[in-house]
Amino acid sequence: MIRVELPAHLRTLAKTSGEVTLNVEGKVTLASVLDALEARFPMLEGTIRDHVTQKRRPFVRFFACEEDLSHEPPDAPLPEAVALGKEPLLIVGAIAGG
Amino acid sequence: MSSVRLLVGTKKGAFVLTSDGKREKWAVNGPHFGGWEIYHMKGSPVDQNRLYASQSTGWFGQLIQRSNDGGKTWEPVGNKFVYDGVPGTHQWYDGTPHPWEFKRVWHLEPSLTNADAVYAGVEDAGLFHSANGGQTWDELSGLRGHGSGPRWQPGAGGLCLHTIILDPADPKRIFIAISAAGAFRTDDGGQTWKPINRGLVSQQIPEPTAEVGHCVHHVAMHPARPNRLFMQKHWDVMRSDDAGDSWQEVSGNLPTDFGFVIDVHAHEPETIYVVPIKSDGEHYPPDAKLRVYRSRTGGNEWQALTKGLPQSDCYVNVLRDAMAVDTLDSCGVYFGTTGGQVYASTDAGDNWAAIVRDLPAVLSVEVQTLA
Repeated sequence: MIRVELPAHLRTLAKTSGEVTLNVEGKVTLASVLDALEARFPMLEGTIRDHVTQKRRPFVRFFACEEDLSHEPPDAPLPEAVALGKEPLLIVGAIAGG
Repeated sequence: MSSVRLLVGTKKGAFVLTSDGKREKWAVNGPHFGGWEIYHMKGSPVDQNRLYASQSTGWFGQLIQRSNDGGKTWEPVGNKFVYDGVPGTHQWYDGTPHPWEFKRVWHLEPSLTNADAVYAGVEDAGLFHSANGGQTWDELSGLRGHGSGPRWQPGAGGLCLHTIILDPADPKRIFIAISAAGAFRTDDGGQTWKPINRGLVSQQIPEPTAEVGHCVHHVAMHPARPNRLFMQKHWDVMRSDDAGDSWQEVSGNLPTDFGFVIDVHAHEPETIYVVPIKSDGEHYPPDAKLRVYRSRTGGNEWQALTKGLPQSDCYVNVLRDAMAVDTLDSCGVYFGTTGGQVYASTDAGDNWAAIVRDLPAVLSVEVQTLA
C-alpha cells in the first residue's frame, strides 16, 4: 500500500482525514500514485496537476524520505521506502503568499 | 412572509447571511471553504436552493461547488475548463502576444429557465456553459473567435470576463464584459458576438474610441428594460438605450466617475447606484467618506447616500460584483467592502447599517429574495 499525505485543504475537499492509502498497480511513480489518488478522489482532479498538461501546479510540492521530488519526471520511480509503504509521499502546498 | 438570503464571497471563504423580510436581524453561516477565495456565488432563479460557487486558490486552482439546499451543504462538481481548439494569444501587459491560459472563474450566471444550466466567465477571458449542473463545461468559443481576441489585454486584475447578463426577453441574447476588452453581445445564443463599445472613450489606450480595449468594470440591466444598460467603466459611468449599440456618459455630478459596482433598483428601472472610488491609483473613496450615489433619472443627476456609512477615515474599496438588490416592496440594497463589512439598506439607499463588520475582504455579494 502506498501512503500519501495530503495538505489540509485537499483533505477537507476529499472529505478524508489522516493519511490516504492507495493500491498502485505496476511501477510506483508520481504519475501512477496521482492517477490512483484521483481515481479514488475525483474531486482532486485539477488541484494537484493541470487537467490537460498533467504538470504539477506551481505551488504544489512533492516530498518523500526527506527529498524534494517536485522536479523529478512524473514517470521516475519513487523511493523504495515509498513503494514499500514504509514512508509516505507528502503532497505539500508551498510556503507562499506571505 | 418573504425572507432574504445574501451570498457573500470573500478572500477567505463563503458566507451565507439570512434574514426575514424585515431585514433587521441576520444569521451568519460560514465560512464555507475556509481559506479559499470565493470570487462569486449565485443562486438559480428557477430553484432558489440551487446555488453555484466559484472557489479557487493560487495553490490548488479552481473548483466549482454546488448546493441543493440553499448553501447548507455543498458538493464539488466539474472544474475542467479547457478552451475550445487552439487557444491562440492575447496581448500581454508589455504588448507582446501571450498564450491564453485558464486561471479562474470570476462570475457564475445561472440560467433564467433551467436550474442545471449555468454560465461561467473566466480569466483568461472566455465564456463557458454547463448544461448538467456544473459537471462538465464547454466554451462558447465564438466570443474569442470574434477576431479581436489578439488585441485584448489584461486589466490590473487580469484578463477577466466578469459580467454576464442574460436577456429575460430574448433567450438568445447575452451581454458580457471583459477587462480590458470591453462589452460584447450575442443575439444567437453565443455562436457569434459583436463588440458593443461605441460611445466609450478611454484616454488610457492608444485609440480612445477603439472598437475593443476598454476597461469595463461592470454592467447592470433592469429585467423589465432589457435594452437599457448601465455601465461603470474604469473611468466614466455610461448608459445605453439600444442594447449596447451606443453609449452616452451619465457621470454628471459624481465626485469621481471611477468605480467598480453599478446596480439598478428592483422596481424603478431609472434608479441606479454606484460607489465612486477616488482613482485607479487609489482604490478608496474620495475624501475618505464611503458614499453610495443614487440617480433616480438614469444618470447625470446623482445624490450622495451617507446615513449609516462611515464619513471619515474610510479607505475600503467596493469590488465589481459586490453590490446587489433584493425584490422586496421596499427595495433592499447591499454591498460588501474590502474591509470585510457588508452594508444593507432596506429603504432603497436612504439609510444604511452594517450586517457584519469583520469578514475577510468581500469579493462578491448576491441576494436572493425567498418566497
